[in-house]
Amino acid sequence: MVTGGVTKFAKAHPAMDFRLMVKRAYDYALKDVPGLTAERIDGTRISYFSDHFTRQLKAASMVQDYLGMNPKGSVRIEWGGATGGECFQAAYEAVASGRMDICLAAGFETMSRVQTWKGNEFIALASDTNFDFPLGGFYTGYYALMVIRHIYEYLRLRKFADVKDEREAQRLAIREGTRIMSLVSVKNHLNALHNPYAQYPKRLTVEDVLRSEMISYPLTREQICTMSDGAAVAVMCTEERAKEFTDRPVRIVGVGTGTDTMRLADRPFGKVPLMPHERARDYEDLPYPGVHSFRAGRAAGLEAYRHAGITNPNQQLDFIELHDAYASSEIQTYEDLGLCKYGEGYAFTERGDPFLKGIDYGFPTPRAGAIPVNPSGGLIACGHPVGATGLMQGVFAFWQLQGSIRKHFGDATLQLPNARRGAIHSHAGTGSAVTVSILERGFR
Amino acid sequence: MRARPPTYDKFRDVQAELDRSGAAIFRDADGVESLVIKFPYAINYIHSYAEDSPFFLGLAEGKLKGSKCRRVKCGFVYATPRSHCMVCGSPTEWIDLPKRGRLHSWTTCHFGSEAFLKETPYNLALVEFPGVGSVLLARLKDAVEEDLYVGMPVEARFDPNPKYSITDVWFVPSP
Repeated sequence: MVTGGVTKFAKAHPAMDFRLMVKRAYDYALKDVPGLTAERIDGTRISYFSDHFTRQLKAASMVQDYLGMNPKGSVRIEWGGATGGECFQAAYEAVASGRMDICLAAGFETMSRVQTWKGNEFIALASDTNFDFPLGGFYTGYYALMVIRHIYEYLRLRKFADVKDEREAQRLAIREGTRIMSLVSVKNHLNALHNPYAQYPKRLTVEDVLRSEMISYPLTREQICTMSDGAAVAVMCTEERAKEFTDRPVRIVGVGTGTDTMRLADRPFGKVPLMPHERARDYEDLPYPGVHSFRAGRAAGLEAYRHAGITNPNQQLDFIELHDAYASSEIQTYEDLGLCKYGEGYAFTERGDPFLKGIDYGFPTPRAGAIPVNPSGGLIACGHPVGATGLMQGVFAFWQLQGSIRKHFGDATLQLPNARRGAIHSHAGTGSAVTVSILERGFR
Repeated sequence: MRARPPTYDKFRDVQAELDRSGAAIFRDADGVESLVIKFPYAINYIHSYAEDSPFFLGLAEGKLKGSKCRRVKCGFVYATPRSHCMVCGSPTEWIDLPKRGRLHSWTTCHFGSEAFLKETPYNLALVEFPGVGSVLLARLKDAVEEDLYVGMPVEARFDPNPKYSITDVWFVPSP
């Protein structure tokens, strides 16, 4: 990867349609590497999630011609919430296969065209329309079902195992779980204060998060990402070409994908696919994945780590930009990606491992800096224009590894010292598809 | 007919104007003006339940049907039916599920997509049945958030006036 660009994500960009948003991100990316011109680009991969939001089929064709890319090759990428992450990997594959020397990945979404609750309806059409959608058409409800079970498996049956009264034990566990989820929400919103691209940067307390409007129990408004308009682009090329454009390229050293059943109700009860640092005896009594964990995320992580030669992600990754559409799914994803064992996500959060060093979050984070997660602010604070989101993560990770956060953010607070290797993680509805890509500094 | 719709600096005001007249101009902080219009967008869709049809016809008769893999060595039992087994690929056969089960997980939705907002708050439940390998997502009625817990016994109820939708079945707390 040699360059990238992002439009500021916003609730609505009435002055820009999807073509102009992509063009702005694209112009920014090209400006950053003066040697790279449109003629040099061999082809494109263009991603957006929903034709319902655009009400324009084949919108990717209109991006292609707006950018002046015809008659070069292109293909539209769509894979639910993981659309952007898939687009990132599609461009990587176009180059890695030898088909192209230089490939542009571009993604966008324009979600402001309908009211929020109609938007929820469009998104929920990405759940089974026979069995799931007619019950409420509501993704937050599905993730709430998942986190209630996650809390049951890992807090009720462990931390509150001694409480005799079943209902009381479950209430205590949910209270504890939602308190810890709120720490994630505080972290991501607060990190985003230093990211000018973020849609909802703000300083919150745990109480603010817990007291915000209840959307689907136990998930409150501040624990959930919002809908956005936005675009992002990334340019991939061969190592040879990369040297022509920048002395600070970033190498893509691992890609992984995974899938799971569309319906939550079909998730089986089997065994955990183990990370190299885990043992079968860690999970003897754990029915997996059920609805508490994202098996697709584990599969994608395993493939990407294997590809990149990573055997212990905590020690071999410097940061992760992951798909926190919900504060709950960020904690679930810590476990899927092996940052801690299954069941340790809440303790891992409380110890502070995924927090940034040197930022005062308003509560103790003793191990802050151990493995920063979503230093950019993640989806919760940056917004989630679906087709752009995974590429946005790629661009933020790219700048992080280049050491160019100050240049692009106008603020160096989020620049991790000496970041050499990071991961990005993109996730589709209830974990039905996940991508993980590993990026590494490609210069000394 | 006026030549030019009214101009607003706040998008909120644009939306209000769209509700009134269907057209407005949004002027952003840089002075860029964008013409915004609003129009209805509705369709009638013809949907076949195809191989899932017996499940929905069963609901109309007050029956909860699952499916079981025909391959003896597999025999996986699905609470949410499918006509071919996800584990081994063999055809499945229809079976009657028990009408009583337990909550595998639950939530109370205070919002929903536009079509369901008027029904809020409503409960969603994943219901597990003894001897069945997967679970079923359904509405849970006659109970409020405070009553619900994982493991709670529940039983099925059926709509006497079926709409041929998954909402023809719902669960209630079991005594």
